[in-house]
Amino acid sequence: MLGFVARRLLLAVFVLWGAVTVVFVVVRLVPADPALLMAGETATPEQLAALRAEMGLDQPLIAQYLQYVGNTLTGDFGRSYTQFVPAMDLIAQVLPNTALLALLACLLAVGVSFPLGLLAALRVNRFSDRAVTTLSLTTQSLPGFWIGIVLMLVFSRQLGWLPSAGLDSPQSLILPTITLALPFIAILTRMVRSGLIEVMGEGYITTARSKGLSERTVIFPHAIRNALIPVVTLVGLEFGTLLGGAVITETVFSFPGIGRLLVFSIGVRDYATVQACVVVIAVAFVLVNLFVDLLYGFLDPRVRNSR
Amino acid sequence: MTEPATARVDSLEGDPPLLRVEGLEVEFSTSAGVLRALDGVSFEVRAGETLAILGESGSGKSVTAQAVMALLPQPAGSIVGGRIWYGGRDIAAEPVKQVRKLCATEIAMIFQDPLSSLNPVFRVGDQVAEPFRRRRGMDKRQALGKALELLKRVGIPNAETRIRDYPHQFSGGQRQRIMIAMAIALKPRLLIADEPTTALDVTVQAQIMDLLADLQAETGMGLILISHDLGVVADVAQRAAIMYAGRVVETGSIREIYDHPAHPYPKGLLESIPSEGARGQRLTPISGSPPNLLAVPSGCPFHPRCEFAIDVCRTDVPMLRRPEGWEAGHEAACHRSEEVL
Repeated sequence: MLGFVARRLLLAVFVLWGAVTVVFVVVRLVPADPALLMAGETATPEQLAALRAEMGLDQPLIAQYLQYVGNTLTGDFGRSYTQFVPAMDLIAQVLPNTALLALLACLLAVGVSFPLGLLAALRVNRFSDRAVTTLSLTTQSLPGFWIGIVLMLVFSRQLGWLPSAGLDSPQSLILPTITLALPFIAILTRMVRSGLIEVMGEGYITTARSKGLSERTVIFPHAIRNALIPVVTLVGLEFGTLLGGAVITETVFSFPGIGRLLVFSIGVRDYATVQACVVVIAVAFVLVNLFVDLLYGFLDPRVRNSR
Repeated sequence: MTEPATARVDSLEGDPPLLRVEGLEVEFSTSAGVLRALDGVSFEVRAGETLAILGESGSGKSVTAQAVMALLPQPAGSIVGGRIWYGGRDIAAEPVKQVRKLCATEIAMIFQDPLSSLNPVFRVGDQVAEPFRRRRGMDKRQALGKALELLKRVGIPNAETRIRDYPHQFSGGQRQRIMIAMAIALKPRLLIADEPTTALDVTVQAQIMDLLADLQAETGMGLILISHDLGVVADVAQRAAIMYAGRVVETGSIREIYDHPAHPYPKGLLESIPSEGARGQRLTPISGSPPNLLAVPSGCPFHPRCEFAIDVCRTDVPMLRRPEGWEAGHEAACHRSEEVL
């Protein structure tokens, strides 16, 4: 088990280093001079040169890279060119909002799709199964921004029950959470259903029945523990993705999250903030993945011992 | 083992059988139509006796076991006729839930592939302890203690530490031993072993058969040994029922069947076994292949593959009967046993 964790951690470090390096390269490839952007069109050549020196842009690329990696390790991504505060401060303001939204969306999705998938799997091809399957297929085909806009029109404009934008009260979280959760519920329900149907045909389910266990015990825990393994992975990955900011949903609802900050920063060429956002998103994604891998090892002893 | 067991069968002849199956009929609804998997299967097993059910794949051996244990795949498979007598009750007529109460406590079962039959995410100790906890209401410590005793009894080395291991950490033979430990946990009176050694190495096969025979001698339980391998069961079973296309075509003591088969199908099976005496000779296979259960041949289902088939075989279904000149208790479903065998 210890070896398993160590190997996963080592891999995570490499992935992060890769992400940080790619961000560095991509930003340097973009044909724009950050010093010029920061100082503005009216700056004199002397001012520009001074700014370049201050930002380290007059150094050779390799020195810039080492400096940048060192700064990244200490969480220093430089100052936002537009808001004149450290980029990390901007992220610190919005990341908790995004994390809360991601968590709520995942909880809602799990809470709805587990019972629905279970119901469908245990009533294969009967009415409730067909209803659940049809509903989830339909939901899965709806684009996220459309769901968001429709929810906003109905519940904010028409009924006036919920706020449509910003994050001023807990109620502001409801519509974005539902918007993010709905497509995920559709996928997850179908996955719980098909996973459970597959597991119910396994030999160990027959064994459990031959032990005279009630059908309830056959399902909890014999079937469910096995059916959950792939589902947990999917939930973890989705949470990681949502942590990176739901760009469209956050934009539709003017939600102060990291996705909206990233889009905004790209629009105004705020490279320090863009770099910081990308690295933070990568770190979040890698950490969540690491956690999912460890959880996988915990849930499936075969993974723990073999890899 | 064979000697005393035979003696016991004789002495028990007057007792009612543990399990008696009468004219059992099972159908499966498939996308291609209704398939008759069992078409009037009858046999009985007594305490302390080993009955071998033999046949090719698709002959209905496993379906018979599933029907007895109420394990037929739902909703496709169902019992459409016949009776399964156990303890004075016809369990074929009882709801699945009711029959399951007999599972493990009265009738237990082990399966062909011990790896897929053990739950991969639970420790073997917990799986063996489960019958004690869920069926007998023991607490965890007590149940694990019982499980340890059982694992030792079936010959798992270092059972004290291995009780905490998972199924994938054991060899195939050890996994089958664990399955056996689980099956005999609640001291069932009848054990059904469905191809228990088919997935195992030849050397391990013999060890598992010995273990089953030992346990049977200890507990006096009845044993149904389902196999396609006539050699594996020869030393362990006293009686055999040979199945073909969902029917029993020959039944009797295993010695009698091996020495004087009364049906061309078992005769063909015996001739296709390689033997030391026939070294260098060509084996005689049975020509053709088992029938499609969606379109079973008319009359005797074996007639298209039978070298002795005549007109009556194509029209009339032969009933199980004792052919003249054969021992009592030896029956075959063939029109021409006396003439040709």
